[in-house]
Amino acid sequence: MWKWLHPYANPEVSYHFVGKLLPWISKITIALLAIGIVWALVFAPADYQQGDSFRIFYIHVPTAILSMSIYMAMATAAFCSLVWQFRLADASAAAMAPVGAVITAIALFTGAAWGKPMWGTWWIWDARLTSELVLLFLYLGVIALHNAFEDKNLAGKAAGILSLVGVVNIPIIKYSVEWWNTLHQGATVSKMSAPSMSMDMFWPFVICFLGIAMLVTFVICIRFRTEILSRNGMRPWVRTLITAEGTK
Amino acid sequence: MQFDSISAFLDMGGYAFFVWLSYGVSTFLLAALVYSSHSNHKKVKIKIAQRLQREIKLRKAAEKNSANAETTDDLNSVVKDLSKNSNKVVS
Repeated sequence: MWKWLHPYANPEVSYHFVGKLLPWISKITIALLAIGIVWALVFAPADYQQGDSFRIFYIHVPTAILSMSIYMAMATAAFCSLVWQFRLADASAAAMAPVGAVITAIALFTGAAWGKPMWGTWWIWDARLTSELVLLFLYLGVIALHNAFEDKNLAGKAAGILSLVGVVNIPIIKYSVEWWNTLHQGATVSKMSAPSMSMDMFWPFVICFLGIAMLVTFVICIRFRTEILSRNGMRPWVRTLITAEGTK
Repeated sequence: MQFDSISAFLDMGGYAFFVWLSYGVSTFLLAALVYSSHSNHKKVKIKIAQRLQREIKLRKAAEKNSANAETTDDLNSVVKDLSKNSNKVVS
């Protein structure tokens, strides 16, 4: 059933496959982000309580959701690499960590810049904010471990174990607003039932979310290819590739 | 269209500083991420290309040395011994 997937475990096949996808991903990213950001900034209505500060929502919520999704993707890759020793899974986990760290930093920063006018403070040590900060530190730890060893297999193992242990933080972030009394509001869009917001606010959110998700995919693909090259530098196919393409 | 004028748009209902700060910092961080990923990819390619060049250089130097060695029997036998040993290691 999964046999069609097997050739993609070959670094060379994966490298070229991702290379073919990249131009399409970049075009879709630019289109979605252009539409989404103009819609969010100009055409979406202002919130009846929060006014135009609500427009920060269109960056804050997508990046916050993605910060957790990227972490789960990274942990899944780390699990596959630890259990079945897929080399490429290690490469993809190493490619995802820095992207996740930047997205988490953006979620935290936009949250602070939204909290200042709405709550009156940039930062508060409440459950949601603190657990998201822990997520940033987990990402930084994983990045540090990936770079701490000359031997990439050993580095992948160490970083993989840390990312698996860190998975415990994800439900804590997700349910922090329900488990504890917190300043942070509950879920509005990622609920199982219909989102509790007006449709002319919801659709620009969807476009912004997809745009940022595609941008994340784009960067992860670039970094994934870099990881493949640096891990397979001695292979004949990389030699022929570099001699044929040059270093462009 | 939610705003009557450009200045109203820039003012963001009085929240200009926070809205533009959020969008500005996010754009900057994402652009920096894309740029560094691109340049990192290039750097790795250049590194591999440099190693390939060094290898070609070393191989040429080795060929030159072995060509010189053929003129003297002593060195020739040394090279033969070495190549035998290296064959063993490889196999």
